[in-house]
Amino acid sequence: MERHQPPPSLWPVGFAVGIVCLLVGLVVSWPAAAVGAGLAAVFGFLWARDVVGGRAAELPPEAAEEPVPGASAVPAEPGERYPRNVFLEGATLGLGAVVGVVVALPAIGFAVLPAFLKQKQHEVDLGPITDFPEGQFMVATFIRDPSLGDITRRTAYIRNNGLLNGVPSFTCISNRCAHLGCPVQPGGPVFDNKAQTVKTANGDVTLVPVLPAAGFICPCHGGSYDQEGSRIAGPPVRGLDRYEFLIRNGHLVLGDLYSVVKVTGTGAQAKITKVELHGPGQHADGPESWLYPLQPPH
Amino acid sequence: MPRRKSERRQNMEQMALYPLDWLEERSGLVGGVKYFLFRKVPGDTNWFHTLGSATLTAFLVQLVTGVILAMYYKPGTETAHASIDHIQHDVTLGWLVRGMHKWGASVFIILMFLHMGRVFLFGAYKYPRELNWIIGVLLLATGLFEGLTGYLLPFDQTSYWASVVAININGTAPFVGPYLASLLRGGAEIGPDTLSRFYSLHMLVVPGALIGLITLHLYLVVRLGVSSPPWSDEAAGGTGAPEPEPPPPAHPGLVQPRPRGASLRGRPTE
Repeated sequence: MERHQPPPSLWPVGFAVGIVCLLVGLVVSWPAAAVGAGLAAVFGFLWARDVVGGRAAELPPEAAEEPVPGASAVPAEPGERYPRNVFLEGATLGLGAVVGVVVALPAIGFAVLPAFLKQKQHEVDLGPITDFPEGQFMVATFIRDPSLGDITRRTAYIRNNGLLNGVPSFTCISNRCAHLGCPVQPGGPVFDNKAQTVKTANGDVTLVPVLPAAGFICPCHGGSYDQEGSRIAGPPVRGLDRYEFLIRNGHLVLGDLYSVVKVTGTGAQAKITKVELHGPGQHADGPESWLYPLQPPH
Repeated sequence: MPRRKSERRQNMEQMALYPLDWLEERSGLVGGVKYFLFRKVPGDTNWFHTLGSATLTAFLVQLVTGVILAMYYKPGTETAHASIDHIQHDVTLGWLVRGMHKWGASVFIILMFLHMGRVFLFGAYKYPRELNWIIGVLLLATGLFEGLTGYLLPFDQTSYWASVVAININGTAPFVGPYLASLLRGGAEIGPDTLSRFYSLHMLVVPGALIGLITLHLYLVVRLGVSSPPWSDEAAGGTGAPEPEPPPPAHPGLVQPRPRGASLRGRPTE
């Protein structure tokens, strides 16, 4: 007897709706994602039940009970429809799996999640803006997070651009190369004899005047940048990152880092095309930036 | 043929071997080890076939020296380099153990490549040994990762910036790169967690993976046997040169005693 094909079913449609809802929910909101996951699970189960065996039960009973010639003559034990050892086997494996998951999930979460949660950048007080002569690049070395200590020591190249519409303007370039993150060096003399240390809320900040006549050059793989941090040559995929800044009580305060796609003009007149902070070596514009659509929290 | 032993000697040997017999009877371990160490290999193996054992030896050296180094090393951004200094200059023979670990790491990696080259050139990766080649490739990648994580631990300028570059290279992988980099750093920036994370990976996670993979690798080596070199008749598809029939014993059924004073070295080895 030819078995009937299962009739058209709406379960796959429901399953697809659930998946769509889940994916949209991941972007929009968690509750929507949970509803989507629930829909997908329910309809997926119904669909799977339909495909796997739901119809077999509807076969005429006599077809299922037809004696097969040559079948084992040993009669099934009465009442042993679901043998005890099969149940125990399944229960052991199932409980083992549940215990394994319950133990493993928090452990994995503990190992992985802290890398992505509670990540925040710290404001850095660089001292009075009067320490930054107009038009002069300064190498500012500071501790970004005093609670973590020396490991968060960072360097920025800071230039006071004077006033723009009555507001102080600064260029705050990170020294982290946009190729693979080595520290770029100024292409010109560093006046160590004029170094000064400023005591701020962030501890000691060292300021050294510098004349980066040839821009900034990376010692690792030869990336070079002009004085605005735009890439001139070498392997970097974009210009140098910059710090946001604000003036608070006459002090220059560095904020979050951001990546720079393009700088037109110089100094206070510079027009900066900024994007979310990208890691070194990651394209921030052009088709190659499609390879890095999502950034982890910085 | 062994000389007949005196009863006293036999009793003494039995007493000396009693612990082994005890162990064998209860676990079969002695037989297992004997099977592993004295299994048959093709007669035309040569020195190139020892590269795998050499790699294993290098790994064991890393294991032992690493455990000793971990007794003195203090992972922490303020303490790591100072403790390396301490090991190198104050701890008795610290310079030797650290030197063995540092240079042994390179030896281990180089030997892995040489072993891999031998297997490739001898065609020893072919059926039925493909799976062991794949496990070997995993071992190579895991071994390189072990080297990468260990490189940060001295925490000097070289190791710090090398790790910065290595993490950022990982960060350029499409789509997952930025997350991979954050995962390696343990955050958005290199911090104290990065060092302890690399330390944990270097001395617990990755060695564990290596030991597991090596176990599988050796299991397959023992199960599948050692392959002959490509120039051997056997490897060329032949059945191997027929073994010359041993001459029939002159007096069947009679034990031929070894003449007194005959050297053991003269006996053919199996």
